[in-house]
Order: sequence, then C-alpha cells, then structure tokens
Amino acid sequence: MKRRDFMHLSGMGFGALMASSVPVLGNAVSLEKLLEPGADVAFKKKMADIALNAAKSKGATYTDVRIGRYLQQYLFTRETRVQNIVNAESYGVGIRVIANGTWGFASTSDVTTEGIAKAAETAVAIAKANAKIQKEPVQLAPQKGVGEVSWKTPIKKNAFEIPIQEKINLLMNVNGEAMKNGAGFVTSNLFFVNEQKYFASTDGSYIDQDIHRIWPTFTVTAVDRQAGKFKTRDALSSPMGMGYEYLDGLASEKIPAPNGLVGYRNSYDMVEDAILAAKQAKEKMNAKSVQAGKYDLVLDPNHLGLTIHESVGHPLELDRVLGYEANYAGTSFATLDKWKTKSFNYGSKLVNIVADKTQPYTLGTVGYDDEGVPCKKWDLIKDGVLVNYQAIRDQVSILGEKESHGCCYADNWNSVQFQRMPNVSLQPGTEKRSVTDMIKGVEKGIYIIGRGSYSIDQQRYNFQFGGQLFYEIKNGEIAGMLEDVAYQSNTQEFWNSCAQLCDKDDYRTFGSFFDGKGQPSQVSAVSHGCPTTRFNGVNVINTGRKI
Amino acid sequence: MAILSREEAKKIIDKVLAYSKADEMTVGLNGDRTGNIRYARNTVSTSGESNNLSLAVTAVFGKRSGTATINEFDDKSLEKTVRRAEEIARLAPENPEFVPALGPQNYQETKGFVDSTAKIDPEYRAKVAFDSIDACAKKNLTAAGYLEDSAGFSAIGNSKGLFGYNRATSVDFSVTVRTADGTGSGYVTRDYNDTTKLNAREATNIAVQKALASSNARALEPGKYTVILEPTASAELLQNMMRSFDARNADEGRSFLSKKGGGTRLGEKLFDERITIYSDPWNPEIPGSPYTGDGRPQQKTTWIEKGIVKNMGYSRYWAEKKGVAATPPPSRFILEGGTQSLADLIKSTEKGILVTRFWYIRAVDPQTLLYTGLTRDGTFFIENGQIKYPVKNFRFNESPVIMLNNVEAMGKPVRADGNLIPPMKIRDFTFTSLSDAV
Repeated sequence: MKRRDFMHLSGMGFGALMASSVPVLGNAVSLEKLLEPGADVAFKKKMADIALNAAKSKGATYTDVRIGRYLQQYLFTRETRVQNIVNAESYGVGIRVIANGTWGFASTSDVTTEGIAKAAETAVAIAKANAKIQKEPVQLAPQKGVGEVSWKTPIKKNAFEIPIQEKINLLMNVNGEAMKNGAGFVTSNLFFVNEQKYFASTDGSYIDQDIHRIWPTFTVTAVDRQAGKFKTRDALSSPMGMGYEYLDGLASEKIPAPNGLVGYRNSYDMVEDAILAAKQAKEKMNAKSVQAGKYDLVLDPNHLGLTIHESVGHPLELDRVLGYEANYAGTSFATLDKWKTKSFNYGSKLVNIVADKTQPYTLGTVGYDDEGVPCKKWDLIKDGVLVNYQAIRDQVSILGEKESHGCCYADNWNSVQFQRMPNVSLQPGTEKRSVTDMIKGVEKGIYIIGRGSYSIDQQRYNFQFGGQLFYEIKNGEIAGMLEDVAYQSNTQEFWNSCAQLCDKDDYRTFGSFFDGKGQPSQVSAVSHGCPTTRFNGVNVINTGRKI
Repeated sequence: MAILSREEAKKIIDKVLAYSKADEMTVGLNGDRTGNIRYARNTVSTSGESNNLSLAVTAVFGKRSGTATINEFDDKSLEKTVRRAEEIARLAPENPEFVPALGPQNYQETKGFVDSTAKIDPEYRAKVAFDSIDACAKKNLTAAGYLEDSAGFSAIGNSKGLFGYNRATSVDFSVTVRTADGTGSGYVTRDYNDTTKLNAREATNIAVQKALASSNARALEPGKYTVILEPTASAELLQNMMRSFDARNADEGRSFLSKKGGGTRLGEKLFDERITIYSDPWNPEIPGSPYTGDGRPQQKTTWIEKGIVKNMGYSRYWAEKKGVAATPPPSRFILEGGTQSLADLIKSTEKGILVTRFWYIRAVDPQTLLYTGLTRDGTFFIENGQIKYPVKNFRFNESPVIMLNNVEAMGKPVRADGNLIPPMKIRDFTFTSLSDAV
C-alpha cells in the first residue's frame, strides 16, 4: 500500500475550528490538463484484463483492479487576494487480490502492460507472505458480475469547465460583500473533485464511473480591537455530490427560517450567506453568554448532520465494532450483542436512520462501490431500535447476510479500499411541521445552526458539540443570540431525548468532505440528511473563559 | 533509490534552473522511502512500502508566480515542468504580498538521518508487529498497532544561488492493548529518528500493564482535579498552542496573543514563571530541518521565557511590513522541566489523576485557546503517592494557557511526537463530564 501523497496546504486562512490542512492527492497540473478526457474505456478494459490474468496466473483466487484518475481543483482567497489555486491530477492502478485466503494489495502509476503485471505479481506475493500469520481465511460475500456498465453523477455544469476567472470573481464578490457588511477579515474557498474510476473484477464486472463533488465555504471574522475580542461565522453551505449548478442560488431551494435565517437545500447562495455571516459575526460580539443548564435543543440540519455523523455514522461501522480501528479511531459501544437482542433502544421511537448510497445530490452516492457492488439503501435504526451496521464483502457474513451493503471505498488508486461510511440520514417526520411550529412549543431552549466544535470519545458514548449560531428560545419565541454554548450528552441518552421532527419540506443534507479513517489515513466524503429536530433536556455548558 | 545524495540533488536542481526564462525560479526536490505495518485483533491487517521522488518548480515574473510539479526526471520532463510553471506564472494574478526569493544562505547541518532507520525492511516491520502482538497474546490481551518508518531527503535551490540539502529518518510506533472482556485498555506511543531506540516489546508491555490495571474503572464526579499529564497527553494541547504563536494573527486582533486596545502581548507574562519553551533544530533528541520551506535558516528561538512571551513566528511578508526580523514559526519545541521521573511526580501527589493520553481534541474558543477532548487508555486515581484504582474516562474543557499557569511540578522532558515535553502535575484541571468509553 502506498503512503498518501498529501500535499499539506497551510496558511490558507481556514477558520480556527476547521482542519488546518487539506489533503491533495496527486501532482499539480495545468488547468487544461483537468479537461483532458483521460484514457478511454477500451484501453482501461484491456489494462484491467492484464491485471486480472496476471494475478490469476500467480495464484490469486479473486482479483479486483481499479484504474483511477483523480482530479482536484481548490481555490483559496482572503479579503482582496487569491492565496492559492491548486490543480491536481493523480493517475494509476490499484490491484487487490486474495491468495491463500488472504488479502494482498499493490499499486503503480506505471499504467502499462509491464507495470500492471508487476503490480499484480507483487499483490499476490504480499498476500502469500501475510497468509502465514493469517488466522482466518477471508470470506468474501458473492457478487454476481454486472458486465460492462457505467455511472455518472447527474451534474448540470461540470465545475472543471467553468473558467477560473468566474470562480475568482465569485469569491472576490463574497469577500467584498462580507467586508462591506462589517467583517474584519474573510477567507473563502472552493473545492472541486472529479473521480474517474474504472473497476474490474474476476466476478465479471467492468464498471466505468465519473463522480463529481463540490464544496464552497468561507469564514468571516469580526474583530473589536478595543475590547480585545473576535468572533467568526463559517458558511452554512454543505459539500454536495453536484456540479457547479449548486452555486446557482435558486430561490426555490431556499428554506426560510426564523430571525432572517436561510436554509439552503440543493442550491446555495454564497454571496447572500456571506452578507448574513458578516452581520451575525458582529452580532455575536454582544451576544449574551449562556447560562449552563438543561435546555430543549432545536437543531438545524446544517448542525445536526455532524452529530449524526459522529454519534450514529461512526459507531455503526462494522470494522470499528470488530476492533480493526482500535488503535486509531477506536471501537464502538454499539456491540454485536446489543444488536442481536433486536431491542436495543438507540433512540426514541421517532428515530429512523437509514444508510443510503443512492440519494440524489449527496456525497456518498455512486452507482457501484469500490468492490463492484451496486449501491443501495438499508435501515440502520428502525423506530429507535438498532437493526443493522455498515458492512462490506468480507464482513457481511458476520451479520448473517449474503450480500454486501456496498460501502467499500478507497480515496485514491494507491490506497487499499475498506469500509467507509455511506450517507447516514435521519428520516423526516410524517406530521406537517415547520421550524417556526417547532419553536412555538419550546419553553426553555436553544436553536442551534451550523457546524462548530465537535468531539466524541473512542467508543462514541460521550460527545460535545458547538455550532455557528445560537438563539435562546423563551416561551415559544426567539429571545436573542447566545454565545459560549456547547452541549454534552451520551449518544443513547441523546437520541432517546429526540422529541419532535420537522417534515420533509425542511429536510436538507449536511456533508463532510474530508472524513478521516485508517492508518495510513484516508479521506472520504459523506452526506447526512435530516430535518430540524428537537431534543429535550440536553445538558448545555458555558465555554467562556478568561485568560 | 529515492534518497539522492547532495551532489545528485544539486545536479538536478542546477539542470532545472538552467532551463528557466523567468525573472526568478525556485526548485524543491524531495524523495523518501516509507513503509508501514498495521495490525489488529492480534494479526497483521495491512502493510506496504513506497518510494517517492518529486520535484516542484516555482517560476516568478514580477509579482506573479506559478508552481508545477513532476515525478519524472528525464530532461524532456524537467524542461516541460519549467515551461508549465512559467506558463502558470504569466497567467496568475499579481500577488500584493509577494516577497522575492532569498540569496545564498548558510545552513548548519542537523543530525536527523540515521542509517539504522533507513535500512528498515519488511522483515523488521513484521518483527515489530510480532513482538508487540506476542507480548499481548501471551496475556490473553488484544493488540491493535501501527508502525510507520520513513527515510528521506529534501533539497531546495533557486536562481539567486541559494542551495540547501537535508536528510532525515523517522519511525513512529503505537499500540492499543485491550482486555478480552473490553473493560480495560492501555496505550503507548514512541517516535524516534533512530529506530535502534525503539523496543517494541518493552513499549508494548507498558500498554499491557495499563490495560490490565485499567479494568473495571470507578466513576468519579467531574470537576476540577490535580492531574499528572504524561508527555503523550499534553503534547497535542501544547502543539496547538505553539501553532497559535503567529504574529500576523496577533497583530490583526484575532489571536489569544492579541492585546486589548490593539497590538500584541509580546513581552507580557502569560504563564507560570517556570514555563520556558524554545525550539532548537540541533537538539540531538529532536533534530529538525536546518531551513524552512522558503529557505530561511532555522534558528534556536525562545518562545516563552520564565512565563513571558518572547517571540512569535513571522512570514517574510509580515516581518517586512512590520520592520522586524522574520523569525520562522515554531516547529518542534522543548518545554523545560525538572529532573523528576513520572514515578517521582506520582509519589509526591496526595490526591490526583494520572492521564495517559487525551483523545479527539478540538478547539472550542480560539479567543481563549479553550479545547475539549477526553482521557483514554489508562486513567488512574492517585492517593497518598500511590496509584489506587482506575477511573472512568473524563471529558475536559481546558486551555493550555490556563494549564500552564497552574503548574505544580514538572519532571524530566522526554520525546513526544517530535517535541521534548516533561510529565507535568497541574492543579485545577477542568473535567466537565464522564464517559463510559473504554
């Protein structure tokens, strides 16, 4: 397995709460290179067959090959200047085999007959070497070959075809409007990813996929030098499995929320959000510091998505449950014995959480996963009860299932694929209910919007979340902005306090563009949908300090 | 072979520079060989090795610059990369914060490269995994661990005659050991430039002891406690604080080092007077690079002296604008301590909590450097100088700035994630809730 070829881009002015570095997989290339079509399907099939045959001749009983071209374009700006534009390409082949009942993997950027045959041979040699210390042979769930097929993210505008100047103009406009409306500083970024992946396996599948993702974001900072204070507000966008059309800012995709707030569904108005952000960052300066205690929380989808990710998505990854991630991300409280009882109350009866790799506009949606399994949708939590996990071909037998869930992923051709989180989403309520309706019923509460600080233990019991915006709710009305808010809870307790859901009209997705897992670490992109949701009696702490 | 000699590297860089038609050109050349082995459930899960060699060329016309990279080294590819960088530079917008490249510099060699580490092979990695797994399996415990080794070089050169070359090796080992019933967990991590210092079995035995001793932990009420933080526990919090020693952010009013009313807190006493933190790339325990990414010579720099903020890191642009020396930002650091061992600190503690490590540390408030996170893999109650019993994990909300004002005692610094950090006894450390996680 090759080490990640991360180019760590620093000093690009991310908000303090965001990652200080961004992984780039590949080499910097010219802008034009990103628009080249890449190798054609006939060539890729020929190369894939060389790998399949070479591995078989060396003794592999199963082989899959991924020929991948990964394109990235990232733009970084602050105030009136472009800090960096990254155009990167990575092209090569990863070959995974089973020999003597054991996995082996090798990769190469030498996409030639010789290069591929050599990598296939290495993969088999590694499998045979590791077989000597393997305790149990790999049990691969059967997967019928799907023949020669293709799948493409249904984008309307290919972000890589949009002129760079248009993107710079957008970000300069975002920064300019934020500054005009009271920001002291602003950084803004655009991330575009295109994975051109060709998968073939000895099952008889030849799958060509073209996957697109987009993430526009910014951080606005307001500074009061006299008071020695500063406050930030990050964008309320979401990374999406969409093209440049996400930035159209369609009015039809805006969901009006209390206090002049706007929820963005499948279209984002970046300039509008930047103006609001600048005003809100200033307002935060004088917001009331929260009094610690129990509150009913009304959580916006752009906030609750991350709570779902951390407290439902990760604990239900079967490799964590089994102990494969014990030395890094940790294990899980959601053990197999709890699942086997068929009555483990993960949450209240309102809580229905699905894994879904077919949902339109989301980051996790593809046609087939990285081991050739057609993508699907399945229940994780049904009426509050834990009913399933996320598992791939060599894991589903542990669950007594015969078919993989189709959530295997590698972040590059030179990374070995493993179980990664599908889109994990909370289903909306069936009763008609808007956010305003929900707030009306809350006596003492806090309405929280946006992704803030987040931390959870290694078995996913105890967590603490912050946010971007906090509003006090008093007797069914919003009573003003709060600061220094974070809530702490326990996963099972929290989901059992779920008391009310808004309906499908309020449903939106949140996403994580660079979710990390594994050693060496790999990134993955995943969405989480939900409506605004109410949780009763959650413990809120005050995070204000003096130094 | 990805590790080029000084002469080989210089030859390539000179060749690239000879192709330049730009006003100014800078070339970076990096290569390494890295390997890893990962194990879980007492068996190897993945392992691999890779060689990388890459070249980055930055061309400058006026205040416009462009960068291109390549991993092929024939003359045609090198020239193509130069032309591509020049092409991007011509198209790029002018950078108002552009600073011209440095001329020739004197770099003082550091001793970061150790042959034993450069010679690590798959058998060595398998042996480390076996020693670690064996130490656990014998006691009916489960090991999950990871070893990553690297040997590499970096070279930098530009059209103004600057040239630098450095080699370094590293080895990082960590293992989490869990009891069969899942009620106990222990952890250990080691990092070195010289792998002969790594004894995986001995290190694993520490995690084994912690796993066995941490079974069936008792719950204590959250609140303020005296804690003894092992160096592994405090490393990340301190690293986060050192990353915030940036002069520009402080000048712009958006740092814990910004002063009320404007300006920075340089020269102010912000920490306990026993706190002195400095960087020294020539320290034999934690050798660093002799130069920064932009070619500035590294220097021994004191960041905090007896509790007083002495220096902050500057970019060359910001230093020029402010008319001050362009002090490179902190990288590896040394927190001065005392002579006591961890055991001595425990012995001198009437009541307290011993913390092996923290986990999932995230910033809560950049204004105060407040962080949250949890204890993990070995948290124990100390009474009358002795470890009495394991305790359930806590969530903390604490700022390293407050922490370094509440120092009771410090032991002898040891290497932790590339830094030298003493075990520390801290009073009034804030735990805000309990976690059931093991």
